[in-house]
Amino acid sequence: MLFTVLTGLITSSLLVPFGKIIKTKWSILLPFIPVILFLFYLWHVPVVANGTTITQHLSWVPSLGVNFDFRLDGLSLLFALLITGIGTAIFFYGRSYLKGHIYFDRFFGYLLLFMSAMLGVVLANNILTLFVFWELTSISSFFLIGFNNDSKASRNSALTALSITGIGGFFLLAGLVLAGNIADTFIISEMFAQHDKITNHSLYPLVIGLIFIGAFTKSAQFPFHFWLPGAMKAPTPVSAYLHSATMVKAGIYLLARLTPALGNTELWNTTLMVVGGFTMIFAAIHSLFRTDLKGILAYSTVSALGILTFLLGLGTTDALIAMSVFILVHALYKATLFMVTGIIDHQTHTRDVTKLQGLRKVMMPVFIAALLAALSSAGLPLTYGFIGKDLIYEATLNLKENWAIWLTALAVLTNIGLVTAGFRAGITPFTGKLPEGYQDVKMPYRAMWVPPMILAVLGIVFGLFPGVVGDYFNYQTANAIAGTDTDMHLKLWHGFNTVLTLSVATLAAGAALYFAHNPTEEKLLSLARFDVVSSQHIFRQIGRSIEKGAGWYTNTIHNGYLRSYHLKIILFAELLLGYKLWLSGPIQIDYANLTPLSWYEVGIVAILIGALYIIVTTKSRLTSVVSTSVIGYCICLLFVFYSAPDLAMTQFTIDTLTTVLFVLVLYKLPPFINFVRQGILIRDAIVALGFGIIISLIALRVLYEPNTTAISDFYGENAYLLAKGKNVVNVILVDFRGMDTMFETVVLSIAALGVYSLIKLRLKSSEKE
Amino acid sequence: MELLLVLILGLLYAAGVYLILRRSMVKLLLGIILWGNGANILIFVLGKITKGSPPVIDDAYRVFQDVYADPIPQALILTAIVISFGLTSFAIVLLKRVYALVDSDDLDDLNTPEEEDI
Repeated sequence: MLFTVLTGLITSSLLVPFGKIIKTKWSILLPFIPVILFLFYLWHVPVVANGTTITQHLSWVPSLGVNFDFRLDGLSLLFALLITGIGTAIFFYGRSYLKGHIYFDRFFGYLLLFMSAMLGVVLANNILTLFVFWELTSISSFFLIGFNNDSKASRNSALTALSITGIGGFFLLAGLVLAGNIADTFIISEMFAQHDKITNHSLYPLVIGLIFIGAFTKSAQFPFHFWLPGAMKAPTPVSAYLHSATMVKAGIYLLARLTPALGNTELWNTTLMVVGGFTMIFAAIHSLFRTDLKGILAYSTVSALGILTFLLGLGTTDALIAMSVFILVHALYKATLFMVTGIIDHQTHTRDVTKLQGLRKVMMPVFIAALLAALSSAGLPLTYGFIGKDLIYEATLNLKENWAIWLTALAVLTNIGLVTAGFRAGITPFTGKLPEGYQDVKMPYRAMWVPPMILAVLGIVFGLFPGVVGDYFNYQTANAIAGTDTDMHLKLWHGFNTVLTLSVATLAAGAALYFAHNPTEEKLLSLARFDVVSSQHIFRQIGRSIEKGAGWYTNTIHNGYLRSYHLKIILFAELLLGYKLWLSGPIQIDYANLTPLSWYEVGIVAILIGALYIIVTTKSRLTSVVSTSVIGYCICLLFVFYSAPDLAMTQFTIDTLTTVLFVLVLYKLPPFINFVRQGILIRDAIVALGFGIIISLIALRVLYEPNTTAISDFYGENAYLLAKGKNVVNVILVDFRGMDTMFETVVLSIAALGVYSLIKLRLKSSEKE
Repeated sequence: MELLLVLILGLLYAAGVYLILRRSMVKLLLGIILWGNGANILIFVLGKITKGSPPVIDDAYRVFQDVYADPIPQALILTAIVISFGLTSFAIVLLKRVYALVDSDDLDDLNTPEEEDI
């Protein structure tokens, strides 16, 4: 199984260096990749249909619990077949559709990447591996949606899709990791056994909430649905592949996959039912008003995804059987309709359903394919769609609850909408009179109309033999979702019962609606008035306000004034230190331990304070520099009094040097500018005093703490014995900590180099402003 | 004496902050110098000051016979003084250079270099 995932990835990366060859002559080889993969999975059908699951294990990052664990059961197999099977159709179709496009090779690179990622998602048996592939589908679909990168709208919708699915992925990761931690395993099949442990855990609502966000964003459920219609900017092969059959179903797949581990609780079922139910009716209504063929299909896809979520939410055996069948039904007819739309767009250069009609006269085979797909989507008897719809009705009718009747009504209404949408997309462009200017429309290449034709015919053939198809493809799928044997047997004919009545009624009502209601620009525009309350609008507003907030924050905090930065940093430090100081309780002073004062010390301190006052208030530069040196000398004297002769010498030398340098260099600077307002001065003074007080208080608090002198004692005792030096400070600097001093010298040398070069550097005339 | 030193270091810090918040580059630099002095005194006072007994062993003995001042804060401060001199001297010549380039001591004249380049 690993090779099926890797084939696409490797080929995709090979396309970068060897793309040119593919572009010119060897492009026919490309579609055979999905063909081979499809045959591989088809070969597994009989085995899996017996209920066997095939697993494969390969270590990847064992220390993190991330491994290539693959598992092929009914659910995975159905999706793998859809991915590779519809992939085959799309590859043949896309090769003609994009013939001569300058990014032809790139397109197939992205498409292969996407296909492999998708296979990875459905085959992974390790939730972290699954997540990696899940993100890979988001990224590859970003490139595919934005494939027409010279169009702004295309780039925008690619970004929207990426941000919505990307945010969803973020939540999903959190949910999956949480679930894995609770279950104590990241292997999905092992999580099934932990169902009770997970569902009874106090964090269970959070886990499924996070996973729901991930799945709903991917599968375009309300309120995250809007990225899918936007993604229709992609080339049609992409829409047909990603947005009908595969990627959007990844969310559904995930929910179905995790149902045995997380599902069957009231919270799980109710949420899925409500979200799915709302999405399906909401999107079905929306699809009625679109005039763009792809818009119609996009909304009906959202609606179909809603149905799938809804069925998962019902959670009964009937519902899960219906779901497993409907996945296949929908993929078959929706991919066909998308490809037909692509053909129409490719040949006539319009997708406006109000302008297109009568095309059957120029492209009959395409019409046949479209008609078959539309009928399957409408659920006409003898199509596979009929079976699918029957099962949905059966699922809602068989519910025991009183309100089940309303769910049936909801399903019927949704299906009426879908019938109409299917007819609109599959029949309208082909019936009626061929308008002027469309006479010359040519038949598309065979490679373009044969794949949709095959899919459409399959939709009918499957409908004729539902028993066989169901046993092979859907039975084990339903079992995998339910986690038990569903005992499913599909039949073509159920006899005259409520379900059949509803089916016929749906078909009749849908057809009636199709004839009665015509989507027009005006209706679409009148609908646009509600955009203000649409989720797309709301999300965009949120995005904009975040952007604005960030801009405001940046402009306020990073306003470009150094002193404003200083003010903020110091205020923050004051708050933090003040809080910590306050936490540490009242400050005590041990008066007995203080050193007595003498008169000359007081005198020096007085001089120091006086000099400080002059620095702060003076307008003269020279005065302030000289006062600074006075402070330095006062400190020097304090060092002398308190047994630090080395410090005093250093301080004296350095202070003198600094002053000399200052005066030499700065003698010709202008006087201090002084146009600050009084208020700001007072504010700064308060901040400054606050800071000084806090530092002083910290000093007092530390003073009260007992001193440990173990290290000092060691140095004192061993200065002479070990290092043969009698000045302990010197011994520490040049012997015990000699390495530090050496590097200090290095630092000083670098500073000296800087000083020297800056002084020597001549000013270029161009530099002077 | 400790209380007086605590007062001094508080004042040095306060004056340092006040000068750092000014627009003049020279004042900014003076503020940094004052701050450095304040920090030195802070280390000094926290290391328990001792009067009249420097950490130097008497010529006649091999080890200390009496109480002596803690040598570790002194070693730290010595390093700090020297390093801050490196910083200060570099800043002084840098300041001169900036003044030669933009003819101003005002920090606000320097806050939009990118725009001027364009």
